[in-house]
Amino acid sequence: MTLAEYRKKRGEPLIREDADGAHDDKHPSALKYVQIGLILAIITAAEVGLYYVDMNFTLLVVLLIALSVVKFSMVVLWFMHLKFDASLFSVLFTGGLALTVVVFTVAIAALGGSLT
Amino acid sequence: MAHATAADHLQTSTGLDNRKLLMWLFLASDCLFFGSFIAAYLLYRGRSVVGPYPADLFDIPFTSVSAFILLMSSVTMVLALAAIQRGNVRNMRIWLFTTAILGTLFIAGQVFEFTEFNHEGLSLSTNLFGTTFFVLTGFHGAHVTVGVLILLSLFVVSMRGGIQQKDSLAIELAGLYWHFVDIVWIVIFTLVYLIQP
Amino acid sequence: MASVAVPKRSPLSEALKGVRLSAADYGSIWSWIATVDHKRIGILYGVSAFVFFMLGGVEALLLRVQLAQPDSGFLDPDAYNRLFTMHGTTMIFLVVMPMSSAFFNLLVPLMIGARDVAFPRLNAFSFWLFLAGAIFLNASFFTGDILNGNLGAPDAGWFGYAPLNLREFTPGHGLDFWMLGLQMFGIASLAGGFNFIVTILNMRAPGMTLFRMPVFVWMTLITSFLIIFAMPIIAVALFELTFDRLFDANFFNAEAGGNPLLWQHMFWLFGHPEVYILILPAFGIISAILPTFSRKPLFGYAFVVFSGIAIGFMSWGVWVHHMLTTGLGTVANSAFGVTTILIAVPTGVKIFNWMATLWGGSIRFRPPLMFAVGTVAMFTLGGLSGVLHSMVPSDFQQQDSYFVVAHLHYVLFGGAIFGLFGGIYYWFPKFTGRLLNEKLGHINFWLMFIGFNLTFMPMHVSGLLGMPRRIYTYNGEMGWNLWNQMSTVGAFLIALSVLVFLFNFFRSLRHGEESGPDPWDARTLEWSIPSPPPEYNFKEIPTVSSRDAFWHQKYREDETGKIVPVLAGGAVDDEAPEDEAEGEHGHGIHLPSPSYMPLIAASGFPVIATGLIYDYALVPVGFALILIGFFGWVLEPATEEE
Repeated sequence: MTLAEYRKKRGEPLIREDADGAHDDKHPSALKYVQIGLILAIITAAEVGLYYVDMNFTLLVVLLIALSVVKFSMVVLWFMHLKFDASLFSVLFTGGLALTVVVFTVAIAALGGSLT
Repeated sequence: MAHATAADHLQTSTGLDNRKLLMWLFLASDCLFFGSFIAAYLLYRGRSVVGPYPADLFDIPFTSVSAFILLMSSVTMVLALAAIQRGNVRNMRIWLFTTAILGTLFIAGQVFEFTEFNHEGLSLSTNLFGTTFFVLTGFHGAHVTVGVLILLSLFVVSMRGGIQQKDSLAIELAGLYWHFVDIVWIVIFTLVYLIQP
Repeated sequence: MASVAVPKRSPLSEALKGVRLSAADYGSIWSWIATVDHKRIGILYGVSAFVFFMLGGVEALLLRVQLAQPDSGFLDPDAYNRLFTMHGTTMIFLVVMPMSSAFFNLLVPLMIGARDVAFPRLNAFSFWLFLAGAIFLNASFFTGDILNGNLGAPDAGWFGYAPLNLREFTPGHGLDFWMLGLQMFGIASLAGGFNFIVTILNMRAPGMTLFRMPVFVWMTLITSFLIIFAMPIIAVALFELTFDRLFDANFFNAEAGGNPLLWQHMFWLFGHPEVYILILPAFGIISAILPTFSRKPLFGYAFVVFSGIAIGFMSWGVWVHHMLTTGLGTVANSAFGVTTILIAVPTGVKIFNWMATLWGGSIRFRPPLMFAVGTVAMFTLGGLSGVLHSMVPSDFQQQDSYFVVAHLHYVLFGGAIFGLFGGIYYWFPKFTGRLLNEKLGHINFWLMFIGFNLTFMPMHVSGLLGMPRRIYTYNGEMGWNLWNQMSTVGAFLIALSVLVFLFNFFRSLRHGEESGPDPWDARTLEWSIPSPPPEYNFKEIPTVSSRDAFWHQKYREDETGKIVPVLAGGAVDDEAPEDEAEGEHGHGIHLPSPSYMPLIAASGFPVIATGLIYDYALVPVGFALILIGFFGWVLEPATEEE
């Protein structure tokens, strides 16, 4: 029995609700992408602007990292569709990302390095 | 497979396409790859015993422009996907090609930057900064180059009529890779260029 | 990349199609070279790994001969260093990992009811790249002046610690071969890891939910996740070393301010998950063997699975226990000491579950079970001596002594190798149609078991008496003589047991008792099809409604709760379909076509590596081969229309 026949027999949906292809209508429009691109450009300009502002270094680091996290998330959520796509992809990707951040933070700290 | 419908053919246990799952696993794994290089850069920052140091070399306006170019290439990439998902092959080709051009521009900028730094006395073996900077950004550049190759290959295939609306997954996968390379640069731009103790 | 259909086919692609189809003719050597069949790739992995097992074993015997008596001149110090480096590297990367891959390949599709893995050509690519890396690594022996008895292999230990691994301290090309060979091997493992995760998540038969999967499949899944997250880290460490050695970079150069400890961190960040990459497949194997031979379901399936997942997570938080003596401070040492104690808990959970599986079962002491029980016992001893290392002061005493050598061999030999041998005895009939000889199997087991303990138990003592590891000789007054002699005798007993195995293997291939599809009255789906399995595995994809799916096809509980055989309908799917091309519902089963592209792509890597060491002109040639391979791969159809 193929998976499709099995699902038909049990009355299960053939395509998962959150799987790609089940929601073509949910794809953002081209206009939306351009708007996001614009926001990304503005944030980048703000980052470069901040670089030239004379301010407390720790505050600068916090601000710059916050802005890059926003940019990063926007690209991942919209351009890479994680906001609309199956949750498994988000789990896998955030898993890899979180693991990276945690183990290398510990390793750098153990070796006496720091971000500031 | 006369009686099998398209939906039968695509059945997987999770309902997700094999190739897309593979791509996301690869990207999750690649996080660790770039994370390792970035960690080495951060660990060694400010520990070079001889110059030139980052502050002597970095040209923030120049790098900002190339960061901007790569960011915009993500926009054109997603527009190519949006076009093919609506069945607009012509627009997809245009955006695909634009993306490849922007990627090439980014690489050209990097080649220029490397050459400049080299003229000013920074090589792979000069100090820790040279070592960690060139290797980190070099591997990123290699990823961009592979991306440009993929985009150009897709462009050539599409010119021969090989990519239609039903093949949008190919563009989507190339896009995932391309955006990932872009977000790595978002991180590098902040951690390497903008944050200088 | 997704495969893209190119509409018009050129004469060239027609010719290529002809070449591929001729390889589909099962039997010729080309059908092995171009194969994308998971069973054949599994056999290729297994045979290669066994060849390297014997090579690594000979290296170990040479080391043991040297250490059999004090002040021995059998090996010079330089050769000794190279041999112990190659022994460790070979056993870990070229034996245990590929042998596990062999079982992943052979079994996972059969156990989940699939016709192949998700990406058959990627699978072939993994194998060829592994083989290329393995041969490349061993080619390093010839880079010295071998005719005058000087070996050229790497000599910085399997861990290649910085700064020992730098050109200044390790001149010659041995270590270059090591780092580039491992790099190839890492890429191959990564590709395999991706492939098996997708296969297990996406290719399960109808009704095969995650929690109906055999434990072996779970362990494969967890191992694959560890591989895809750990391998990039060692890849980067090796790249950094490559830049240091070949292009004068400064990653580990203390003179330029570099920190050699960075290497240790990266190596063990990879290395500790790697320990579980080595042992979890064996855990999966014995979780299949123990229930079969005690005729009981695995005790506490959920506990075994979840403790496996817990081990997977926790393996990322213990790497510093390999570095407790490097001066990281009391906070780091205490924290990682505690996490190391904690990781013993899920491992202990598994051990108790296996014992409970045996408890009250009607046990049949056949060779697979002997090895499985051996695994549980020996791994427990190795685990206990491991917990001793989590006590920081005690670790300071044991660090770099033979006590550690004893510990790691109890885990990796007593755990992994015993488990893998059990797997070979268990599944040999499935893939050959014949049983391995029972009597020789018992001789094999007892020789290996006694030899193993005779080799490694005394190392606990010599270690506690202060004998450092990696020394090429020692003074006769130290009181280590007897213990070393015992170890050497034991090592030769192990070698004898391997010879018995080989004799058994080749004899049984020809003259072994015919096994039929289900010789052990086993529980999982692979036993429901003929032995050896047909090319397409399942004539009809099975539908699964419970754990131990095949068992429930054969047996049911009667009103009193007694297990009785199902009389009809539980028959083994023993006949081949009437027509090979006719599968379910009368239409053909489309199998993936053979392909030379994975081999072509994989062959580019050793060319690049050779070029980096000897002549940069080869580097573009290697890249061209990779590009040709990948483009051909994407453009050729995955399944040929005939």
